[in-house]
Amino acid sequence: MSYTVPKLTNYSAAALENAAAKCIRACADDAAAVRNEAELKAFRDRWIGRKNGVLTQINDLWLKGAPKDAKREAGIRVNEVKARIQELVEGARVGGDESVSAPAERVDISLPGVRRPIGAEHPVIKTTNEMVRVFQKLGYSVADGPVVETDYYNFEALNFPPNHPARDTQDTLFIAGQQAKPQRERLLLRTHTSPVQIRTMEKMRPPIRIVIPGTVHRNDPPDASHSPMFHQIEGLAVDTNITFGDLKGTLDHAMKEFFGSSVKTSFRPSFFPFTEPSAEMFVSCFICGGSGKRGTDNAPCRPCKQTGWIEILGCGMVDPNVFEFVKDNGYDPRKVSGFAFGMGADRIALLKYGVDDLQLFFNGDVRFLQQFA
Amino acid sequence: MKLSAQWIRDFVDLTVDNRRLAEDLTGVGIAVEGISGSGADTVFEMEIGTNRPDAMNHYGVAREAAAIYDLPLKHLSAVSSQPSAKSSHNAAFPITVEEPQLCPRFSARVIRGTKVKPSSEKIAHRLRLLDQRPISNAVDATNYVLWEMGKPTHVFDMDLLEGGKLIIRKAKNGEKLKTLDGVERTLTSDDLVVADAKRAVGLAGVMGGFDTMITGKTRNILIESAWWDPVTVRKTSRRHGIHTDASHRFERGADFESTVLSCDLVAALILESGGGELVGDVIDVVSRQIDLAPVVLRVSEVHRILGGSLETGEIFRILKKLGFTLIPEGQGDAQFRVQIPSWRLDVEREIDVIEEIARLHGYDKFGNTLPAFSGAVVELPHAAVDATLRTRALALGYNEAVSLTFISHADAELFSSASVLELENPLSGEARLMRTSMVPGMLEMLERNLNNGTQNVRLFEMGRIYEQLGGNPVEPRRMCLGATLAAVKGSLPVGEVLDVSKDEHAATAEAFRCFKGDVENLLAGFAYRELRFDRETTEYFHPGRSARALIDDRPVAWFGQIHPEVAKVTWEEIKAGAILRETGAGAVASPLRKQVLRGLRQEVFVAEIDLDRLHSVGLRQVRFRPLSAYPAVERDFSFVFPDKVEFEAMGRAVAELDIREIVEFKPVEIFRGGSIEPGHYSILLRAKLQSPEETLRDDVQIVDWCEKIIGALKRVKGVQRVGGGASAY
Repeated sequence: MSYTVPKLTNYSAAALENAAAKCIRACADDAAAVRNEAELKAFRDRWIGRKNGVLTQINDLWLKGAPKDAKREAGIRVNEVKARIQELVEGARVGGDESVSAPAERVDISLPGVRRPIGAEHPVIKTTNEMVRVFQKLGYSVADGPVVETDYYNFEALNFPPNHPARDTQDTLFIAGQQAKPQRERLLLRTHTSPVQIRTMEKMRPPIRIVIPGTVHRNDPPDASHSPMFHQIEGLAVDTNITFGDLKGTLDHAMKEFFGSSVKTSFRPSFFPFTEPSAEMFVSCFICGGSGKRGTDNAPCRPCKQTGWIEILGCGMVDPNVFEFVKDNGYDPRKVSGFAFGMGADRIALLKYGVDDLQLFFNGDVRFLQQFA
Repeated sequence: MKLSAQWIRDFVDLTVDNRRLAEDLTGVGIAVEGISGSGADTVFEMEIGTNRPDAMNHYGVAREAAAIYDLPLKHLSAVSSQPSAKSSHNAAFPITVEEPQLCPRFSARVIRGTKVKPSSEKIAHRLRLLDQRPISNAVDATNYVLWEMGKPTHVFDMDLLEGGKLIIRKAKNGEKLKTLDGVERTLTSDDLVVADAKRAVGLAGVMGGFDTMITGKTRNILIESAWWDPVTVRKTSRRHGIHTDASHRFERGADFESTVLSCDLVAALILESGGGELVGDVIDVVSRQIDLAPVVLRVSEVHRILGGSLETGEIFRILKKLGFTLIPEGQGDAQFRVQIPSWRLDVEREIDVIEEIARLHGYDKFGNTLPAFSGAVVELPHAAVDATLRTRALALGYNEAVSLTFISHADAELFSSASVLELENPLSGEARLMRTSMVPGMLEMLERNLNNGTQNVRLFEMGRIYEQLGGNPVEPRRMCLGATLAAVKGSLPVGEVLDVSKDEHAATAEAFRCFKGDVENLLAGFAYRELRFDRETTEYFHPGRSARALIDDRPVAWFGQIHPEVAKVTWEEIKAGAILRETGAGAVASPLRKQVLRGLRQEVFVAEIDLDRLHSVGLRQVRFRPLSAYPAVERDFSFVFPDKVEFEAMGRAVAELDIREIVEFKPVEIFRGGSIEPGHYSILLRAKLQSPEETLRDDVQIVDWCEKIIGALKRVKGVQRVGGGASAY
């Protein structure tokens, strides 16, 4: 009610913005204060009256008085103010706000809400479940197996013969007191989820498609990127006509589904005793988009070590020697072929959420876990 | 493993720069993980798979590069290795191989009258680039050849070999050998040694002997280059804990055809730097030829495994570049006999050849396809049970946690009576067992949170515990809930307070009830006839504040406050004898108290739930019950009971009345103190009455049923209070 249109001397963008905001706020306050029909009429006259309404004054004072080079800018701004005031005037109603303005009926809606505690999913299990779901949609069934395994399932049947150097790369944790047993029956903590491939093929005839989430252990002292216990997600597909192209196509599809359709995949030769050909799969860095640089200042992207690629999993075509161990259940390597893959769920969660210390996953700190609620 | 880029370039005239070379090598599986240095001193940090010992040297990597770029690979040959014509010495140095199976080939060279001195700067510089320490020209020559073309060799001071001969034999049990590292080793009859007439002078394929090594005084040198059985080398290397560049290569398989060449290369380097003369011809004892069996390659199999349609010409070209020889077999171009080069011991089967084709062709060049599939998608049998429990725990405000799977002996003893699985090689001396209970891990996480200043903590974990049953490992599945007292108390909604007494006991009782409610909520989804609770818990729970839940008379959960002596024991408290006893709870057996060391700064509640049991119970199948069209009536009853009568007795007494219309019977207020006699408590009970068929009327049925309820409560030692509220009887 007390608003008077100021004369503008400063036509900078900031000054125009400020003047426009003040004007609109005054109009809104006026609209809220309308109590009856008479006041409503007065309100309309005051703001949009032809003779000396605020709109008319603005036109005269702000637009006509504007220096030449600021005319265009001022015109745009005045049109905005006009449109907003028209809206407010049209929307104004009698007495609508009278009751809510009484303190007893009015609550402070800006006070924080009472939030009943909701538990947070563990980031690694959440990641695992999401990845498993991607493969379930592709027709994969979930399988599992024991954590305390025999040498046979963890190594021998996966084409790690006794005394093979590849066993050294696994940093195995062994169960005590097994020396009296034949080597293949000795117990250890599985170093990968791959034993479940053999266990499943022993039980089910081809064709199969399985995805195996699970806990694995290795003799790695805990630090920011190692843990003696971690989680893998394994996959296996066997049928009469599975090719290396199918392996690539399946994983490429799964990664696009998981990380977003813009990621690309690349495969490089690698070595695993239980697959051949073997590969490591990289996805284009989902942090920097594959450029190796981040942000406007082109800071080096750490997750991909500036290469634009992040190694995600190991995979390959199932080695015929592996099929030999389950040949009697329909896995004749001359008739069936298949592919297998395995990835670290913890590592993917680290990358996905930008967590810098693996240990945070395993110490139950509520301050950390609640970030995922 | 480090390799010099320039040294690789010695063998192939590359036009690409080092960065591109590194990328392209990585692309065919010869991974360059990092590049350091610049110009001629550029060093590649290599990551070579255990199956590719042939590429763990410069010539091997040059061979891959030549194949990638289709460039000629230069020949590797030793110049000036002709024996001196005027040599007056006997060429032969007698070598006896007693173990032809384990030493199929033994080549040697003799150099006389040389001078041992530092290597030339070129040799020393190259070795230093690879982080190898130059020692002397003779020793460096073997090292240089190993890094140049991959074949390990050894040099002896020939004058220190007694009896003027070498014997390849099994060691005698207990035989001693001081190896080059200065350590005296006790050998077993499984170790293979190189020996002179009197003693072992080298551990075959692993390390030479100290007493016959090259010194500044050495004038006459015997160069050894043998092919050792990989498994024997690996076993000896592991038995004695010696891992050398030589054993690393021998146990993965060396090139059988490179023994003579490597001898010649070493000899040439020694002669060039130290002078002297080469005596006689090369000695080459081949007791068993190691031939790599040819492999049949079918083009149809290449297509079956790799997909797509690689042309036969491309297959031919790739394999030829890698040193394979292809001879067409049968009709047309459908099948080949592939001769394997002697350095590729890893290629034994058709699939190995197919991998070579895929690798050099480039994995990314194969098209992406999706296979068809007609099978059904199956979930794990317990997936629905797990998902229900997990969703409910999250909704109840519990954060999902994962803890490590190892526990200490002390914790295993306190928290379980199961037979344990112990680790042979634990990471720490403390936690050497697989967990037999999830409770210690949960207590550790609760403690950590309290120490971090977080007061309201609710956690749950679902996982396995590990036990032995009849000598076999078993992995029962468990769920564990943990909450601090502050969190438990905070979950009591205003208006749900039952015990309105002003004492500490009331607060405790209410807290227990809150935690019990969470357990009840988790169990509510299951298909049971009866869920009941008793006090049969274990000794690490507070005896007065813990319970066991039974579904159809079989235990399914144990829960309540953790025993104060388990939760709060610290060394200081033990020393001060100030263990909390204000609860009047019985003491935990004293040996346990001394072992377990925890300092939880708040009372905590824990629940253990047997997931295997719940899995066999299964989820409840919901059946709709019609809603009554008639109003419900509530009646309150105010009673005083002796402390020893618990609510369960009242509920049972009323249930036994077998009045179908009593649809609910529950306590609404409890009070101790004031005018209530000590040892007693007052309780306000509420019955909800409703019929599916009619509107209930006071004068017809309600009064009668209320009298029956009162009678039932009196039978369980209840005394009715008069004037206990408007609607109360």
